[in-house]
Amino acid sequence: MVKEIERTGLPVVHMCTVVPISLTVGANRIVPTVAIPYPLGNPTLGAEEEKKLRERLVRRALNSLTQPVDSQTVFEK
Amino acid sequence: MSKIRVLHYINQFFGGIGGEEKADVPPSLREGKVGPGMAIQGAFRDEAEVVSTIICGDSYFNENLDEAKAQILQMVKDVNPDLFIAGPAFNAGRYGVACATIAAAVKEELGIPAITAMYEENPGVDLFRKQLEIVKTANSAAGMRDAVNNLVPLALKLARGEEVLGPEEEGYFPRGIRVNYFAEERGSARAVDMLLKKIKGEDFETEYPMPVFDRVDPAAPLKDLASATIALVTSGGIVPKGNPDHIESSNASKYGSYSLEGFNDLTSETHETAHGGYDPVYANQDPDRVLPVDVLREMEAAGEIGKLHNMFYTTVGNGTAVASAKKFASEIAQKLLSAGVDAVILTST
Repeated sequence: MVKEIERTGLPVVHMCTVVPISLTVGANRIVPTVAIPYPLGNPTLGAEEEKKLRERLVRRALNSLTQPVDSQTVFEK
Repeated sequence: MSKIRVLHYINQFFGGIGGEEKADVPPSLREGKVGPGMAIQGAFRDEAEVVSTIICGDSYFNENLDEAKAQILQMVKDVNPDLFIAGPAFNAGRYGVACATIAAAVKEELGIPAITAMYEENPGVDLFRKQLEIVKTANSAAGMRDAVNNLVPLALKLARGEEVLGPEEEGYFPRGIRVNYFAEERGSARAVDMLLKKIKGEDFETEYPMPVFDRVDPAAPLKDLASATIALVTSGGIVPKGNPDHIESSNASKYGSYSLEGFNDLTSETHETAHGGYDPVYANQDPDRVLPVDVLREMEAAGEIGKLHNMFYTTVGNGTAVASAKKFASEIAQKLLSAGVDAVILTST
């Protein structure tokens, strides 16, 4: 899905937990996430901490969309 | 000759521990055969014996890759089998990745013959087909009998160190290995034969298949985030409560486009997941854990991004055919373009 969208020229960031799959599929901007059933959250944290975690990850994703990349890049921070 | 000792790896589902709610169980070692190990043992007859079985949750393995690998390799060392079999995994993505990862590690790090089996669209195939023999199977456990019957003879060959023939003969995915052989006819004659067949419109088989690289160049970055319209797309199955378009929980045949107008936060009252391939409890409690509408709305209000696109696009990426996913996404992409979206966040579970 990532590739078909990027083919049109729109930058896409893939937020997912199993990075090796994203790499084989061919995503170019990848942000690793927390866990398969809750990529952008963590039920063991309190509501406030959990939202901060989500904010950090989404900010990292947005930042990756502003960065030029010439090959597959995993944005660890 | 004494019986070949086999160690079998399966997931929590085939191990009878439970479904998605148990996908986070760490690996455990059991004596003897469990679940599909019965069928494998049947096909081995007296040649080999499944002495132990490792059962591990699919999410546990994929979320704790290094740790899970180390734990399982230690178990394999303790059992010290003559042969390691993982799966078959059919079209279960996390299971296939786990099977192929661990089988390749057993082979490479412990030098024990290892093999697995799965469906061609399983992501485990492309990740590890070069490292080891991965036997082709159907896309669901309905194909268990054929899978076992194709897996076992090749597994015995590997355990005995016998010659393994090409992927066509043995039924595994091509590993990209070239083997020298003496052809009956020389190259020029074979080339002319091929050309004549081609001219006649007959089937011919190239001796030099070209690899298919389906890669897309990275798109240019956004110039200005603060004026950009960002859209959300997900394969995590988030849908309005009640799943109005009945998107299937696996092997989805469609995607949904839904409005975000008026939503500042997704809640258990308004949205849920239709995905049948992961434990839905957490996404149902708070769908923002998969589709982060709440924080994007705040960033929109604060002017960090120009706008959150007022539609989101969603499907279930669970055993869904690659061809379907491609079709959904190219339609979604056209909609995004005509709506003036500048960039996309795609979340996957």
